[in-house]
This record gives sequence, C-alpha cells and structure tokens, in this order.
Amino acid sequence: MAERKATVKSAVGLHARPAAIFVQAATRVPLDVTVAKTGSAPVDAKSILAVLSLDVRSGEEIVLHADGPDAEQHLDSLATVLETET
Amino acid sequence: MIQAVRLQGLGVSPGVAVGPVLRMVREIPEPAPSGPPPSDVEAESRRALAALEAVAADLEARGGRAGGEAEAVLVAQAMMARDPGLAEAVTQRVAEGRAAPRAVFEAFGGYREKLAGAGDYISKRVADLDDVRDRTVARLLDLPMPGLPVTSTPSVLVARDLAPADTANLDPALTLGLLTEEGGPTSHTAILARTSGIPAVVACPGAMSLADGTRIILDGGTGLVHVEPGEAEVEAVRAGEAARSAALASVTGPGSTADGRRIPLLANIGGPADLEAALANGAEGVGLYRTEFLFLDRQEAPSEAEQEAAYAAALAAFPSGKVVVRVLDAGADKPLGFLAAEGVEPNPALGVRGLRMLQRQPAILEGQLRALARAAQVTTSGHLEVMAPMVSDAAEARWFVEACHSAGLTGGIGVMVEVPAAALRAAAIAAEVDFFSIGTNDLTQYAFAADRQVGALSRLQDPWQPALLDLVASTASAAAAARRGCGVCGEAAADPVLACVLVGLGATSLSMAAPALAAVRAALRRHSVADCQAAAEAARSANSPEQARTRARQALPGLAGLGF
Repeated sequence: MAERKATVKSAVGLHARPAAIFVQAATRVPLDVTVAKTGSAPVDAKSILAVLSLDVRSGEEIVLHADGPDAEQHLDSLATVLETET
Repeated sequence: MIQAVRLQGLGVSPGVAVGPVLRMVREIPEPAPSGPPPSDVEAESRRALAALEAVAADLEARGGRAGGEAEAVLVAQAMMARDPGLAEAVTQRVAEGRAAPRAVFEAFGGYREKLAGAGDYISKRVADLDDVRDRTVARLLDLPMPGLPVTSTPSVLVARDLAPADTANLDPALTLGLLTEEGGPTSHTAILARTSGIPAVVACPGAMSLADGTRIILDGGTGLVHVEPGEAEVEAVRAGEAARSAALASVTGPGSTADGRRIPLLANIGGPADLEAALANGAEGVGLYRTEFLFLDRQEAPSEAEQEAAYAAALAAFPSGKVVVRVLDAGADKPLGFLAAEGVEPNPALGVRGLRMLQRQPAILEGQLRALARAAQVTTSGHLEVMAPMVSDAAEARWFVEACHSAGLTGGIGVMVEVPAAALRAAAIAAEVDFFSIGTNDLTQYAFAADRQVGALSRLQDPWQPALLDLVASTASAAAAARRGCGVCGEAAADPVLACVLVGLGATSLSMAAPALAAVRAALRRHSVADCQAAAEAARSANSPEQARTRARQALPGLAGLGF
C-alpha cells in the first residue's frame, strides 16, 4: 500500500475546477485510489461527489492511498496536481 | 366537434399570439417513495444508469457548445452524473426494491446532505447537483427537462412562472408569447414580455396542464387563451390584430391628448443596448435609465469612464429630448456585488436599498454623479436629469440634491416617489426637488404590503387598485401646486387605458418599455384632458381594481377602435 501526503495549493481548495481536474486525473489511474483528510475516513478519489464532500480548503494536507503496480508513481503525479497553484 | 376550451388569465403585454405550446418546467417533483418494486431489478438498474449517462453526455455536449466558464460548470456536472459512488448507491437502492426514479432521487439525496453540510464554496455545487438529479429523474419519468426547452419551432412558452435566470437565453424570434400560471402584472415575466414586445398572459390557472404542441390563441390584452381554436377563429384573430397594428401605426409624433396637451412619451432603458428599440418606437427621450442594470454581475464598481460612456450614449441618442437617469438602485431584488447590504436582512425590500444604500456608501454615489456630470459636459445635445430611488422624506431628498450640486450637475434633480410616506408628504418633498417620477410597481408593493415577487398576491399588486390611484393623485396635485413635473415610470404607464387615467390624475409625462409606446400614444391622442380626468374620477370612485378598470374603460370612448 503506497501512501503520499500532499498540501492543496489551489486558492479555492479542492473545489470547483481544481476538484474536477484532480478527479479526472485519478480516474485515469488504473488502480483504486483513496483520498482522506487528516482524521477523516478515506473516500474514493474517482468520485467527484465524495471529493467535494471532504470540503478540503486551501493549505490543508490530505493523504492519498493506492495499492498495485506503480502505485508510488501514480500517487506522485496526483500529488503534483494537488500542489499546483491555480 | 371538439368544444373549444378557454382559459382566463391576466393580460399583461398586449398583442395576440397563435402557436404551439412549449412547456418549461423548473422543478421536477420528488418521485413517490412507495410503489411496486421493479419486476426486473437488473433491467431497472440499467435503466437508471443509462439515464445518468445520457444526462452526462448531454451536459458535456452543451458544455462544448458554451465554452468558457459555463463549460467548466457543465463538465463538472457531467462528472457528477458519471460518479462511480453515485452509480453504486443507485444500484443498491434498486436492489432494495425502489423504482429507478426514486432510487436516483435518494442516491443524490445522500450526497446532497453531505455537500449542504460542508463549507460555503459548496452551496453553489448543491444547486448544480440538484440540477443533475432533476434532469435524470425527468428523463426517467418522461417529463420535459428542467430549464428553458430547446426548440427551433416558434412557440408559446408556458411555465409556472419565469425567473430572470430562466429567460436569460430566451430567443424572442422563437417566442410567440408567454403564458404563466403564476405571476402578476409586475412580475418578471410581465416586465420581460413588455420590454420585448411579446404578448403575455400571467396568473392563468390550468396553463401548465396544456400538453406540448397544443395549438392556442393567446390574447395578451384580454388575458384570454383559446385552446385548439378552429381555423375560422384563428383567421378572425389575425385580421383583428392586423387592424389594430394599422390603427396604432397611423398615430405618430410626440405624445399629446386630443385637445393638444403635450405629454412626453419616454422609454425605460437599462443600458445603451435598449436605445435602438426606444428610437424605433418613437420615444421622445428616456424617462427612466435603470443604471443598476449596467452593473449587475459585477464584483467591483465600474469605472467612471465606463459609466460616462454609457450615459453619453443615451444623451447623444436624444439630442432634443431629455434623459432621466436614476442613480444605482441596489438591494432587494437587484443585489450588486460591490454594493452589498451589511449582513443578512430579513426583509430586503424594507431594508437598506436605493438611496439608503448610497447614503451609507457615498463614494459610489459621488463617482456616479461625477460620471454623469462629465457625460453632460461632453455631450452638447440632450438634456440630463438625475433622480434618486427610494426616497422617503424631505431630508433624504435634500441630501441627494446637495450631493448632485456638489458633483457639478446643473440639470433637473428629482426623486422617485415609490414609498407611500413620500407620496403622502409630496408637498414637503416638492419644495426640495425639481421633479417627481412615480414608480408605481414599488409604490403598489409598499402601499399594499404585498411583495412584488409573490405571485399569490397579484391582486394586491394591481396598479388599478384605487388606493394606488389615490396616492398618484395626491402626489401629482402636490407637484402641480409647486409647479414641478410629475412623471410616471412604473409599469402602469405601459397600459394604454391606465395611461389615460394617469394623465387624468395629473401625470405630466409617461415612461415605459419601448414596445408599449405606440399603444399609449394612440390611446392618448383619442382622448381630451377632460376625458382623461373623467376616467380618473370614475376609476377612483371604484372599490376594486376590476371595477376601476371597467369604469375607466367606459369613460374612454376612443378605446373601442383600438381593440384594447
């Protein structure tokens, strides 16, 4: 099980367009991917509704999990999406 | 032979439309929680998921056509429809025995609760989510899609009521008429229809029970709707309409009564884009420039240069006429991003709006007045007058006049009379200003304590209410005693019959949506001041708006030839 922490840099947090871009990127990953806020249960990173429900604000840290081939690389690229300032 | 069915509503924008019904649904009803479980659970699941996919594909396609910011929203909505968690929740509910529409409704409900409980950013997304849910449920129940229907056939648009957001994309070329179950004479539907010259009937029970494609005749004058009329009936209506248009077109030139009293007929505009229609309909000037419409959807106050250009355009369009500009009327039903109320108001219509708002944000008013003063300087033609909205007493009027003089404005300075207190103490206010302009929509709303946006109260929002006519009469008398002008710029002035009554009550000019000018011009030209005064007296002797209308009509013999 690969794990990667990332800080959300977008000004609006993980909402609106940044949320859509992140979920689209996660959907392209051929593994199950979850995302969680510290202290909350992980949710499906491919579900826009679940990701929006997390209500992640700008500057908050989140944790990504995936299991399978190249999990580390996939999580790195998703983290890059999250850490891009938009 | 099918018996012709007739529906009766309130005619709010004259003219006759003949065409097929096209219904607009805004709210999709919640599918019933009970009902027989689906016989084939897997097929029912597939049906639900196929509806979600079809909605997603449609949203995506519309996003591609829209582009820009709208595309981002539509693509995000498509992602919601394709959400794997949502699909799982739908499938699970169908497996538990729910029919597809109910399963979809409940699955969305689970997410709706989570989103609504989250932060501010998300509240907008809840509306987006509801829209996706309604589209999916509509598809499953074979209902029309919520929102403005897409069509290429000219039709009569039928709805429960129309909001500004519904009509933003309305194509006047494809809209023969408007018919709503709710709404009143000052509702958004009525104002939009008059501004666009589209025949309209509101407050018409049974309208939404008409099926799409049903042919109807809609008479925006009498409020009568004929369902599936015979060919002979349609021909007769068309011939009558042609005769009416010819009668109206034969009367041209400045507004005046039959005995030669000049009553300038002016246009209400929201920006330079409305000038063309004003000129085409023979407006003699602008009686109400609603400047807040230049700035809706803005987060910041517009620059003074931009404002100056918008005002100068109107002055240049009417080199020998006057242009009456109302300073920003923000608040209540017209919130502006840069002029927001301090905190939530329980009753925005009774809150900090109009001049009250500008007194708290004097810099915004000063900027607008400077832009107006410069527009008057650079435009050598035209005559600029400026007025304040929502003035309640003489002290407010004086404050506004002083602000205008400090900004270097030299033309007439006036106030809107739309608060009953101002109408009752018009003599004191007349001593401070150069003119009045009566806003009948708000004056009716405040006199009757009846919110303009509540369709159920349309009887109390009727400008034919004798109490409103009394307030107009006392305001006009106070203006006349002080030798001040007293215009009427509310929707009441657009009704050719009421326009004659207003002149009889003492109105010195009338301002209205441009398409209404021809009918008002023709009605006035057929009656003397004495006729108008007799009609005003007859109307004020009534005890109901219906009676006032009937009595006024009886006192105005010249209306017969005009088909009102």
